[in-house]
Amino acid sequence: MLIIPELALVVGGLVLLMIGVFTGEKSGNLVTLLTILLLVGVGGALAMPVTTSKIIMNGAIVQDGFGQFMKLLCVLGAVLSLVMGRSFILQEKMNKFEFPVLVLFATIGMVMMISANDFLSLYVGLELQSLSLYVLAAFRRDSLKATEAGLKYFVLGALSSGLLLYGISLVYGFSGGITFDHVASAFSGNGPVSLGVIIGLVFVISGLAFKISAVPFHMWTPDVYEGAPTPVTAFFSLAPKVAAMALLTRVLLGPFGPLMGQWQQVIVVMAVASMVVGSFAAIAQTNIKRLMAYSSIGHMGFLLVALAAGGAGAVEAISAYLAIYLAMGAGTFCVILAMRRDGQTVENIRGLAGLARTHPFLAACMAIFMFSMAGIPPLAGFFGKMMVFQAAVSAGLFGLAVIGVVASVVSAFYYLRIVKIMYFDEGTGAFDKPFDLGLSAVLVGTSAVTLLFVAFPTPILDAAKKVAASLVGG
Amino acid sequence: MVEMLNWPLLSLVTFLPLVGVLFLLTLKASPAAESNARFIALFTSLATFLLSLALVAHFDSAQSDFQFVETLSWMPSLNIQYRMGVDGISLWFVLLSTFLVPICILASWSSIKTRVREYMIAFLVLEIFMVGMFCALDLFLFYVFFEAVLIPMFMIIGIWGGHRRIYASFKLFLYTLLGSVLMLVAILALYHTTGTSDIATLLKTPIDKNLQNWLWLAFFASFAVKVPMWPVHTWLPDAHVEAPTAGSVILAGVLLKMGGYGFIRFSIPIFPDASAYFMPAVFALSVIAIIYTSLVALVQTDMKKLIAYSSIAHMGFVTMGLFTLTQQGIEGAIFQMLSHGVVSGALFLCVGVLYDRLHKRDIAAYGGIVTNMPVFAVLMMVFTLASIGVPGTSGFVGEFLSLLGAFSVNTWVTVMAATGLVLGAAYMLSLYKRVVFGEVTNPEAGRMKDLSVREIVIFAPLVLLVVVMGIYPRFVLQPIAPSVAKIVSGLETAGVIEKPILHQLADLPAENPQ
Repeated sequence: MLIIPELALVVGGLVLLMIGVFTGEKSGNLVTLLTILLLVGVGGALAMPVTTSKIIMNGAIVQDGFGQFMKLLCVLGAVLSLVMGRSFILQEKMNKFEFPVLVLFATIGMVMMISANDFLSLYVGLELQSLSLYVLAAFRRDSLKATEAGLKYFVLGALSSGLLLYGISLVYGFSGGITFDHVASAFSGNGPVSLGVIIGLVFVISGLAFKISAVPFHMWTPDVYEGAPTPVTAFFSLAPKVAAMALLTRVLLGPFGPLMGQWQQVIVVMAVASMVVGSFAAIAQTNIKRLMAYSSIGHMGFLLVALAAGGAGAVEAISAYLAIYLAMGAGTFCVILAMRRDGQTVENIRGLAGLARTHPFLAACMAIFMFSMAGIPPLAGFFGKMMVFQAAVSAGLFGLAVIGVVASVVSAFYYLRIVKIMYFDEGTGAFDKPFDLGLSAVLVGTSAVTLLFVAFPTPILDAAKKVAASLVGG
Repeated sequence: MVEMLNWPLLSLVTFLPLVGVLFLLTLKASPAAESNARFIALFTSLATFLLSLALVAHFDSAQSDFQFVETLSWMPSLNIQYRMGVDGISLWFVLLSTFLVPICILASWSSIKTRVREYMIAFLVLEIFMVGMFCALDLFLFYVFFEAVLIPMFMIIGIWGGHRRIYASFKLFLYTLLGSVLMLVAILALYHTTGTSDIATLLKTPIDKNLQNWLWLAFFASFAVKVPMWPVHTWLPDAHVEAPTAGSVILAGVLLKMGGYGFIRFSIPIFPDASAYFMPAVFALSVIAIIYTSLVALVQTDMKKLIAYSSIAHMGFVTMGLFTLTQQGIEGAIFQMLSHGVVSGALFLCVGVLYDRLHKRDIAAYGGIVTNMPVFAVLMMVFTLASIGVPGTSGFVGEFLSLLGAFSVNTWVTVMAATGLVLGAAYMLSLYKRVVFGEVTNPEAGRMKDLSVREIVIFAPLVLLVVVMGIYPRFVLQPIAPSVAKIVSGLETAGVIEKPILHQLADLPAENPQ
């Protein structure tokens, strides 16, 4: 009974694949529509509250409130990117049935890795996700950049999977088991931690850090973001980030929870590096997609700040931040998808010049997202940052919090620069008619969430609190 | 009184401009709509001002506690609530904000020609944040409003500003943001150690002395930039010079006061030991600000820059007065802030009047305009004298009280600060002389028309306030006194300042009746 959402996704995915194969090239619209409906249905099922956490399938899978929430975010991310990417896909003649099916399979992988309760299901879920993403990155076979992005992503992703697998094998060797509970109890003693375990731990963290593109495992991100078709980039920046961050949280606070003294400093270093690289490197970017890549690196840094704090407060902050990040990120990519002039995509941020005059609504939404990402109140992003730094301060990580807020000021510079280009600079002409129904629905929805969070914060915050309680039991 | 308490009066005052914003959003871009936008903004801000007068009418001046308190659930999972309330200190700042916004909108009536609708939205949103900030009784709510102010201000300078507007707007934003985020960390630490973000509770919660120093410094980083204190004042001249007239008015009139308000609301009562510990440092910075920026003001050739530097000098008196930690000093500083809000706002409006006619800010471009603009010359004279602090104007009361407070604490600081008064007279009178008197060197300046009816309507309430506050300051000081007395008695309880001799005598146990 408990894995109905997963089963529905898998069966649905296979059926849709068959439909696609047997009806051929023309089935793009139908398969996309059905995929969206399937994901919405599953999302609805996931939105049901879960009170207890259950471990099923001989300890391979866990169903709890934390997983439920993160899965909901992933499915939401997938739905949003499919809906808002629709017009782009039609215009760029990418309307093939494989696209929604691949997104669906990637989502299945994410859902699996989020509910993993042993290292094997973790790895299988992660690989299912990654393999689908590699193909998605190179979805436009005719484009040199996209192919390069896909290949780069694949090679580096394979390396990171290797690291992860090697780490898992070390952990297995030293703990004698692969379920998270077993590993946790094996490490919970007070004795000295063997070097092998630490190496295994670091390798596992490295493998997962690659997926959330934390520095120093971030090199692939700007290239892949830039090279992949924009709807794919949007998808990359939303669902997989949520899934990998959820997985990292679960692994570090679950099986490696007793080793917090060992991994905390690793996470702190990665957090600082991600925030600093994310904010400084983005300043020099002119391509909006590369800019968003560095922006997402910075956001992952902030999430790692919370993770480094550990405990229920950290999970609460991570959950709320991810939910808010999903809204801001999806909204921003809506605007990026709308950047088309004379039938061509515009990716240079100069292309936004004068947007406030030509498309005031689009510019206002983008300004909301940019201020929110910069963490300026009263927008939602501020509250995410506030909770993250709250977690850090509660854990006594003052230095980390100060570095974090200073990095957020640096990052504010490039977010402001986009606002400046849209509002202060003279325009270069209007975009093509920017809105289709799906895109504008997502845009309105996400900007409403970002803008009105300050007035109605309880749904997300209460959910985050329950999620934290379900994972940490606090 | 009783039935008024059932109304969420503060929330109404704060969020009434939102109604105007929603109306403005429905307008289409057309010349007729631009005129409508001006009227909608004016009516909304006037209604807000009238509503805020109800605050004064129902305010109980004898009380030192927060009044009109509202509490609503906001973020229950974090134990953070939406709390609003005013005491004698914040009451006048709310009034100052609601008073200046309609004036700003009137002042922008004809000088803002592009994107009028957006401009008016920015001003009304700014008003929401400013008023909300002065009313907030929760640390996080305060912070939200405090930092949110940057968004409309960034837009106002960046879109409608002068040639270097982009540089100025970025500098304003990033400079103040850097200070604010450090305060955010301190707020989080305060929240973590005390378990509450309710300001009324925090005012009664003693905090470890070592922690106080760190938290004080972090709050100081934010407020000192906002005030601004030397040496973190450099954003202000740029922002003032590039901002449109109304932007300068609101910047000098209200935004700078947010720093001073922060000191009096947070730094001094919540961190009494740290405030006493850092008192000499604040004095040093204040005196440097007063003397150094006055000297800088003397050599300015740009009118707006000159007034901007004079603002920094005047705010030096404010920080000095606040950190005397005496009743007179703090009352004087608050009065000085209110007076400066009116006077410097008015002076920027004077510059705006000239700029609208000639589109030049250089002092050298003017001269001898008294013959063709007599009404203007009189008005500017009043504000110049008020800025110097001549008795009978509002400027005198604040500076006098601040110096009085400082004199009881440190004579040398008082002596050096008092030289600032002389320098202030020097630069302001020389500005006035060079602009208004003398030969007409620029024939275009000689042909400028005197004030229009709209401009007289703008200046009339300002002149009235300057004179009334100068002659009858008791009206303003009356509600302030109990709230300040409460802070000072809190400082006495914390043992950071000695009770005045008379109070000590009264407290002596009566065991030696001889």
